[in-house]
Amino acid sequence: MTQKYLIPLTAVFLLFLVAYTGAGAGLGWFFGFVFPYVAIIAFLVGFVIKVMGWAASAVPFRIPTTCGQQKSLDWIQQNRIDNPDTTLGVFVRMLLEIFTFRSLFRNTKAAFNRNASNRITYSWEIFLWVAALAFHYAFLVVLLRHFRFFTSPVPGVVQFLESLDGIVQLGLPGLFLSGVVLPAAVLFLLARRLFDAKLRYISQASDYFPLFLILGIAATGISMRYFTKVDVTGIKEMTMGLVTFSPVIPDGIGGLFYGHLFLVSILLAYFPASKLMHLGGVFLSPTRNMANDTRAKRHVNPWNYDVPIHTYQDYEDHFRDKMIEAGLPVDKKE
Amino acid sequence: MADELTPDELLDKIDYGADSGNWMDTTKSVQIRPGMYCYAAKAESVETLGLPNARPWNPVEEDWKLPDDWQQILHNGIKERLERFRTFKIFMDVCVRCGACADKCHFFLGTGDPKNMPVLRAELLRSVYRNDFTTAGKILQNIPGGQRLGGNRPLTLDVLKEMWYYFFQCTECRRCSVFCPYGIDTAEITIMARELFNLIGLNIDWIATPVSNCYQTGNHLGIQPHAFKDMLEFFVEDIEEITGVDCTPHYQKKGADILFITPSGDVFADPGTYTCQGYLILFKYLKDKYGLDVTWSTYASEGGNFGFFTSHETMKRLNAKMYAEAKRLGVKWILGGECGHMWRVIHQYMDTMNGPADFLEVPVNPITGTKFANAASTKMVHITEFTADLIKHGKLELDKGRNANRILTFHDSCNPARGMGLLDEPRYVINHVCDNFYEMPPNTIRENTFCCGSGAGLNAGENMELRMAGALPRATALKHVHEKYGVNTLGTICAIDRAALSTLCEYWVPEVEVAGIHELVGNALILPGEKDRTEDLRMEPLPGCEEEE
Repeated sequence: MTQKYLIPLTAVFLLFLVAYTGAGAGLGWFFGFVFPYVAIIAFLVGFVIKVMGWAASAVPFRIPTTCGQQKSLDWIQQNRIDNPDTTLGVFVRMLLEIFTFRSLFRNTKAAFNRNASNRITYSWEIFLWVAALAFHYAFLVVLLRHFRFFTSPVPGVVQFLESLDGIVQLGLPGLFLSGVVLPAAVLFLLARRLFDAKLRYISQASDYFPLFLILGIAATGISMRYFTKVDVTGIKEMTMGLVTFSPVIPDGIGGLFYGHLFLVSILLAYFPASKLMHLGGVFLSPTRNMANDTRAKRHVNPWNYDVPIHTYQDYEDHFRDKMIEAGLPVDKKE
Repeated sequence: MADELTPDELLDKIDYGADSGNWMDTTKSVQIRPGMYCYAAKAESVETLGLPNARPWNPVEEDWKLPDDWQQILHNGIKERLERFRTFKIFMDVCVRCGACADKCHFFLGTGDPKNMPVLRAELLRSVYRNDFTTAGKILQNIPGGQRLGGNRPLTLDVLKEMWYYFFQCTECRRCSVFCPYGIDTAEITIMARELFNLIGLNIDWIATPVSNCYQTGNHLGIQPHAFKDMLEFFVEDIEEITGVDCTPHYQKKGADILFITPSGDVFADPGTYTCQGYLILFKYLKDKYGLDVTWSTYASEGGNFGFFTSHETMKRLNAKMYAEAKRLGVKWILGGECGHMWRVIHQYMDTMNGPADFLEVPVNPITGTKFANAASTKMVHITEFTADLIKHGKLELDKGRNANRILTFHDSCNPARGMGLLDEPRYVINHVCDNFYEMPPNTIRENTFCCGSGAGLNAGENMELRMAGALPRATALKHVHEKYGVNTLGTICAIDRAALSTLCEYWVPEVEVAGIHELVGNALILPGEKDRTEDLRMEPLPGCEEEE
């Protein structure tokens, strides 16, 4: 069992070391632009292939999971969001699902109390929702902040986001909230997997790997900003070179940066082949993105085919005598 | 039966702390044990429908008598379904194993078996998918220890047996799907798994035989046309004794206004039979007061559809009778009785599979003028929608006092709740036929409702331990309102519930009885020309008439 998290942990550590030492040994070009380009391509191509693969599969039936009152009689209040019958309703449902993790917000925790009451009790379990939301939004902020390295001049939006993120104005360089929230949320998600018996049982190496990877990325990033104080000018020169397709490898950037960049590249390349594709999948999930209007509007199954059925005539032929005897109407008397 | 394991013994077994160890290892020790599995499908039932690999077999024997190329058949079957169902493909790919679904399943809550966590139930199949259908899986196959690390498994006989065991411990209730951040629906995965099992002849008999009966005879129970009529006539006699009114229905009446279809369970077994009498009383009332002409059919005498638990194709084959019969009889539209999975099939599948029903009219209630716009295409209306509309327009004369002895709570059936959203219509009806209505706790009703533990074809006798374990969350909630408000009746709008919840009550909360909503309607409805009623439909004294007994 310990393999499930020790192997991913070791893997992330080794990956970092490879880049850290490799860059020092003159392989800066590989970790600095060859692999990042490969990773970006793998990410984009892989993502598109995966989503197209899903889109290529048919949606034969309209099977939304309904989580509220349907639209039926005019005087019965419909739950337009959790049981939408219009595109607008579906849009709002999806918006709330994607941006606020609405379904996860419902989460409860069940407990069974043997002997005392023999009752199953349910309590609202909000921590997973909080941690998931904190993690995803902190990650988004960190990602957007990094556009400072790929744009010149830096757009006002990115600068504004930075000022918001650094609103506590603590220390120098100023502390970013996302830099605290992101690792804290990842650690919480990791702790759930390690210490909750049910979660430990269902977790795979592929659940631990992205967590360690993101933790590694955060740790190297934070370390560069607050502790080792890397050559930011040199790094920006290099990252600008990457986006303008004129790669340069300035001296004195340091192994830590290459380690950071390599882990990010690994994350990108790994993304399409992993569960991280829930990013794309959530948009296409038929139980959420369809209106519950099947009885009002016919949904067409593209591969619907005829099937053998037992017709009324077959039935009557089989039971005619008994039906006549029982006084049931028949189509043919003989 | 249920008395093999007492409630206390069952409760002793529950532990939500999952096993240590790797779940993939336990395949070797899959123990298909009595009380938890259903008997294998009889060969003749499988043959009736021309489904593959009909032969006698036994799940607890080593040899399942599978075709030689069963792995290839399943592999191709999975491949085909990945292309045909976007749900299946996405649900195989995007689960992050966050665990939100883990303690939402009634079977997990009742057994504590970690493989009853919805996520793990799906992982049983997902592990095979990852191994055989993903690039990563194919690469990992070639690395020592790679399969284990990736959570991937080749499709071995042990894996198959484990899947079979656990996909017949899922009632397709969709409760986990409500909580999943990606809407992953274990019902959908179970449906796929059972389709796959049917490709190699691995159905259970409690599904296969009703399906075969329904196909040949018109209903799950295999009630032949004359016997079906006899049974309804028996109810007619009872009703006449109770009310003094003859409620004889029409059968296969061409040109009737409405074709009525309900699960055959209502014709066959108590307490569904009382619900059936409620329908007869309602239709008689509407006929006498407003001239509404409702017909029954012995050919389309099954609302339920166990084909849904077999395969999409089988579901379509059984369901086809509804439209075929409506067309033959030339009715205007179809009215459906109280049933759970029947309504998921009608609401989310029927029109797509067997429509368009352009030979029918958009349903309009001729008595109230209400157009059921929500059923404009499928042309089939749920009886609680219909009755609620009648009550709202003051078209029914009801005496609530006749149900005054009932202290009621309402069990939302999984399929109407989570595959339709029929929540307030039955409550509206209840509140107009009964004064004492109390809801169970919010975590256990409406879209959060718990399954009876016996749905999706698992309502057999031989898997009673499983059923009673799965029933525990519902029973706990019921017991709560029984103790707090003195609830003595569990209302429901599902035929399987009427049978399954009765067993549940007997086992967990013996003081509570189960009743269909239209049984209560039948009690309350004042028929034109009725005699002074002293008994309810169960032939028990009405409130206020007890002394005479």
